[in-house]
Amino acid sequence: MSVGYRRDMRWLGGFLVVLLLAPPLLGNNYYLTVLTMCCLNAMIAVGLSLLVGHAGQISLGHAGFYGLGAYTTAALSTTLGVPVGLSMLAGVGATSGVAALVGLPALKLKGHYLAMATLGFGVILSILFNETVGVTGGPSGFTGIPRLSLFGVEFSSDLSVYYFILALLGLVIWVAFNILHSRVGRALRALHTSEKAAQAMGIDIARYKLFIFVVSAAFAGLAGVLYAHYLTFIAPASFGFLFSVQLIVMVVLGGMTSVPGTIAGAFFLTVLPEFLRAFENVEILLFGAILVLCMMYLPDGLAGGSSRLWRLVWRKMFVRAEKDPMEGGGNG
Amino acid sequence: MKMARAAAIVLALFTFLGCSKESDSFKIGAVLSVTGPASFLGEPEKNTLLMLQDELNAKGGVEGRKVQIVIYDDESDVNKCVMAAKKLIENDKVAVVIGPSISGNTLAIAKFFAPAKIPLVSCSAAEKIVKPVDPWVFNTPQLDRHAVGKILMDAKKKGYAKLAILTVSDGFGQAGRAVLQELIPAQGLALVADEVFGPKDTDMSAQLTKIKGAAPDAIICWGTNPGPAVVARNRAQLGITTPLYMSHGVASKKFIELAGVSAEGLILPAGRLVAVSQVPDGNPQKALLTKYVADYTKKFGTAPSTFGGHAYDALMLVTEAVKMGKSFKPQDIRDNLEKIKAMPGTAGVYTMTPENHNGLDESAFVMVTIEKGEWKVVD
Repeated sequence: MSVGYRRDMRWLGGFLVVLLLAPPLLGNNYYLTVLTMCCLNAMIAVGLSLLVGHAGQISLGHAGFYGLGAYTTAALSTTLGVPVGLSMLAGVGATSGVAALVGLPALKLKGHYLAMATLGFGVILSILFNETVGVTGGPSGFTGIPRLSLFGVEFSSDLSVYYFILALLGLVIWVAFNILHSRVGRALRALHTSEKAAQAMGIDIARYKLFIFVVSAAFAGLAGVLYAHYLTFIAPASFGFLFSVQLIVMVVLGGMTSVPGTIAGAFFLTVLPEFLRAFENVEILLFGAILVLCMMYLPDGLAGGSSRLWRLVWRKMFVRAEKDPMEGGGNG
Repeated sequence: MKMARAAAIVLALFTFLGCSKESDSFKIGAVLSVTGPASFLGEPEKNTLLMLQDELNAKGGVEGRKVQIVIYDDESDVNKCVMAAKKLIENDKVAVVIGPSISGNTLAIAKFFAPAKIPLVSCSAAEKIVKPVDPWVFNTPQLDRHAVGKILMDAKKKGYAKLAILTVSDGFGQAGRAVLQELIPAQGLALVADEVFGPKDTDMSAQLTKIKGAAPDAIICWGTNPGPAVVARNRAQLGITTPLYMSHGVASKKFIELAGVSAEGLILPAGRLVAVSQVPDGNPQKALLTKYVADYTKKFGTAPSTFGGHAYDALMLVTEAVKMGKSFKPQDIRDNLEKIKAMPGTAGVYTMTPENHNGLDESAFVMVTIEKGEWKVVD
């Protein structure tokens, strides 16, 4: 286990170094925006992979938690004038609190029923964002949200906001790895395999399920508050049912049980449409085709696919190295 | 070997995608909702821009330079719109941006343009876009305020004192509702009922029955298809004879198709585009509208909607600003956009000032009624 933990930490270190060096290499604000969106989506996806991939609980309401975080901080900081740092904390706190309240009854459900309950919750939140015009600004959106600032210091450049979000993403991944490599992680995997067996082994499944649900929602809420202060504009359309589905796709496409895979899935799904812009009219067709191909040929996601590819390449090179002297001999 | 070949292919692909056409053309960016829920706005806008690009270039371009329009689809999504706008500014280095199609997306990206020193001419109508004025942001559609003003003028003329409003709970409906709530009392009229329906609702009998109970002199319904068509049908089914005003949001043939006979006699403010043949010959918009409708119909096999017209006006305002200053610099284009006076477009006659970045007024609308399935201008 500790070998696995060290490997994961090395991976996290490498990942952060790459993303730290990326902006100066890419060199303009457009790429920076895309990277920032990738980091935000990855933050939610990591939380969701803990819930879906490791604990086996489906949530179709995570866009709602994302939106709840965003709207809470927006309303507090813009309408009531609460300092941004405090309102962001409140946003994450409110999301976790609501998740705990919703999770208590909802997590008694299993499979499709849990999916339906969380879906219903997501839809209810979406309606709230749309209809409470006085608080949320309604369907046309919430404007004039202050930029990210902490202790009176404003993150005035997009680059500084990116580094702040990256640092928090690093923290989120670190927390996720620590959970997975702890007693809690083992308990979650046990209850994923069989709830009855886990319970027989003395695991308090209700408590663990609720814990991971709240953690996962808190990550989504954190991404939400950062998103609100990064873009300084939010609209209910960003937090609808479709986004919940997109998040699930990120987790599944990346590889359900792998945190690096999930992050790869989030980055891939955020970058791909941008990359496909070059193909103008057929971009949506290509997007769909790529997803279908991924599902057909990478059933265990990007993470499983890439490790299989790596093994294949390794074997090819190894075999070739053995063969080469023979070929040389034949020619000579 | 295999890896080397794969690497070579990937590299070639990157260079292919990375290389951009270097030319001395006049580069205009556009971000429109060509797909997604708002495609009814973005698609005619895109068609119009491509048609005008060909037309301008056939005549030798603008001030001796070919026009090159880079169009990105934001799929009606805020995040995609933000990224597309950044790409236009940073990578494509366009001189001016047209769009987005929807107000929410415009509000999300509007603040990028002052730091970038590039003008944005939006095709969406929300008043928040141009009020308070951002020096770098303009929009071309008629404002809700103008439509409401036109309706209330008509209502006052007919002596209606008590009005009921019925609005849809989306961006368009709620923006209209806010203006209605403000202007009805301001004009000395009474607002006796204020009902709301959902964008996907299929029956509005409950709201109409409630409104009937308040006994208004007229009802004003604010929404885009298909909701208002359901309202019209329900009104006919309930046998309500109170006059019903619609908003300019339904000023397309589609509405008459959806509402059928129950659309007869409804009154609404509309741009002159919907009834070109009834525009009097002396009108400054007449020639331009006739040509636009004929060209568009010939090229795409269907009559243009007012939404395509918003993109038409945006591009024409930009080219006019270029001609005025004989300069392609974003700063000069912005400065000259503010100086445009009495320039006819599809939506109305534009007169911009540093305080007014929309440039239209109530005269951009005519009141029309629906008679035997056709629009009929009534004033």
